[in-house]
Amino acid sequence: MNQIKNHAELADVFNADEDRVDWHDETLWFVRQKRDRAAFSIPDWELLRETASQIKNNVLSNLHNYLLQFEENAKTNGVIIHWAADAQEHNEIVHSILKKHDVQRMVKSKSMLTEECHLNEYLEANGIEVIDTDLGERIVQLAKEPPSHIVLPCIHKKKEEIGELFHEHLGTAAGVSDPQILTEAARQHLRETFLTRRAALTGINFAVAETGEFVVCTNEGNADMGAHLADVHIASMGFEKIIPERKHLAVFLRLLARSATGQPVTTYSSHFKKPASGKKLHIVIVDNGRSKQLGRKDFRNSLKCIRCGACMNTCPVYRRSGGHSYHTAISGPIGSILAPNLDMKKYADLPFASTLCGSCSNVCPVKIDIHDQLYKWRQVIVKEGYSDPTKTIGMKVMNLTFSSPGVFNIAGKIGRKVLKYAPFAVNNKFNPWYKQREMPEPPKESFREWYDRERKK
Amino acid sequence: MSREKILALISQNQPDLVALPVIQDFAIEEINPIEKFTNVAVSIGAKVFEADSIEEIKEIIQKEGRATGRIVSVLPEFADIADPVDLKNTDPHTLKNVDLAILNAELAVAENSASWITASNSAQRVLPFICEHLVLIVQKGSIVPTMQQAYERIGDIEYEYSTFIAGPSKTADIEQSLVLGAHGPRSLTIFIIPEESSENYM
Repeated sequence: MNQIKNHAELADVFNADEDRVDWHDETLWFVRQKRDRAAFSIPDWELLRETASQIKNNVLSNLHNYLLQFEENAKTNGVIIHWAADAQEHNEIVHSILKKHDVQRMVKSKSMLTEECHLNEYLEANGIEVIDTDLGERIVQLAKEPPSHIVLPCIHKKKEEIGELFHEHLGTAAGVSDPQILTEAARQHLRETFLTRRAALTGINFAVAETGEFVVCTNEGNADMGAHLADVHIASMGFEKIIPERKHLAVFLRLLARSATGQPVTTYSSHFKKPASGKKLHIVIVDNGRSKQLGRKDFRNSLKCIRCGACMNTCPVYRRSGGHSYHTAISGPIGSILAPNLDMKKYADLPFASTLCGSCSNVCPVKIDIHDQLYKWRQVIVKEGYSDPTKTIGMKVMNLTFSSPGVFNIAGKIGRKVLKYAPFAVNNKFNPWYKQREMPEPPKESFREWYDRERKK
Repeated sequence: MSREKILALISQNQPDLVALPVIQDFAIEEINPIEKFTNVAVSIGAKVFEADSIEEIKEIIQKEGRATGRIVSVLPEFADIADPVDLKNTDPHTLKNVDLAILNAELAVAENSASWITASNSAQRVLPFICEHLVLIVQKGSIVPTMQQAYERIGDIEYEYSTFIAGPSKTADIEQSLVLGAHGPRSLTIFIIPEESSENYM
């Protein structure tokens, strides 16, 4: 038995509320359609994707030098650079910066890396309060849940549930669920927070080797509010966020928001180059398994990801199983090819949570071969012995049946008889295939039996 | 040191060098950039006016009901309606009650209606975020078709901080319902002005 629930078991929990599943499915498909409209309303979309993909291929092949170049330029700009081999070291570095400045309360804008590192839990255990300022992230933080989507963190929540949370934590009137009123309440609450925090942590969307600057994209303006009002700005980045030159931002910024939400660009694309006078700017460059993934020939392309979430919005499995079913910080198709690199045993189920339909690869703005990688991970996971044992036994039986005509014939006969005379033997809850499916009508005879009979005529 | 360890692992694991692609000139929509800029800005919740003079801008601000609270601007032309605070040397926290900020955008992009505002143009980095309402002034000739031309114009100029702003601050985190005024300005009004009227303050 798995110690933690796997994707299928967690999806069962999500699927218990069918109306919610339908709503979740439709909402994300709506975002996917917005993406299509935005993508095809500009000329040369496919050329943009191809260019972005090629830039990222170059980045992966020259990361060592780009990182050195970025570090040197950022240092010249007055930025303090830190390197973290893993999540633990990242969290310790952030904590040490806060300690040095005697900061006990910090604001944070969206950073999937800090979710990956479980920074909030670490800092809270060390007596530091962290307030997430992206509205969706604040909502899941109040609900004590992880985000279920990298761009839309609380897409699994209904407004009535958010209304209840706000009633409990922010003092809105009971029963209020109007998004306008709830957003206004969060604005007032977080404005006070921004004005009183001396440290802010943000993520990084793109780090430019040529100039040492980095770009943070938000719609709410929360990254900027936090960073500009604080004395200390800490920006955390996975080392694959590097792009070679400033002009390449044009390619990526044209792709990012259109792919993510169908907007022509995010409301804010802020370029941080130097700390404001009298303030401190730190960048933490994090590995946490990325260098290992870089060495996996079949899977290194996953590091090209710019975290737009398009693969999630289009995925038929994600839309119907919800982000929490993936039990990892980055859910959906891209998460399912990133997570096994970190812990193959714990995430052995994820590459199987896909129909391999290929829609994820089709929408990916940097052309990651996501569905091919899902298929390849399955092979690695089985070979390394991490696959579900019942599935492995089933596959072995199937292999035996299909490779031996005698066994195949007998199995077919038995199967048809069982379906005809004893359907209850397969139409029961012990047969996972029967769940949410009807078993097929058994044919009277197999093709071979028909062929033999006809030949005798 | 983790730095050496990480760099060594990367060096060992990165694939053979793949050349950086030559960035082509991407096709541009056949539409007047000013018209495109306006259409996109309006579609994402901004208001756009073409104005011939500073006086006209002030009139519209008045008419739109935006001239009631504390107004700040780095532009001397608005000294008569703005708080005379020394923006450069003020504590950014004291800008929390700014109702309207009026700023110049150096550059604007038609395809997404983003305006480029450097730290030197906003005096305080937080100003275009902390104000309740934002007015941006864009010169006609500074509107380029796409981000590609925008970064060509930006080139390798020096800035400490700069941002593209497209529309008012917004969120759709609650059930994908669009709400304007998340943490930043609740409204964005853009004035497009002809070249010559701006020379004196660019």
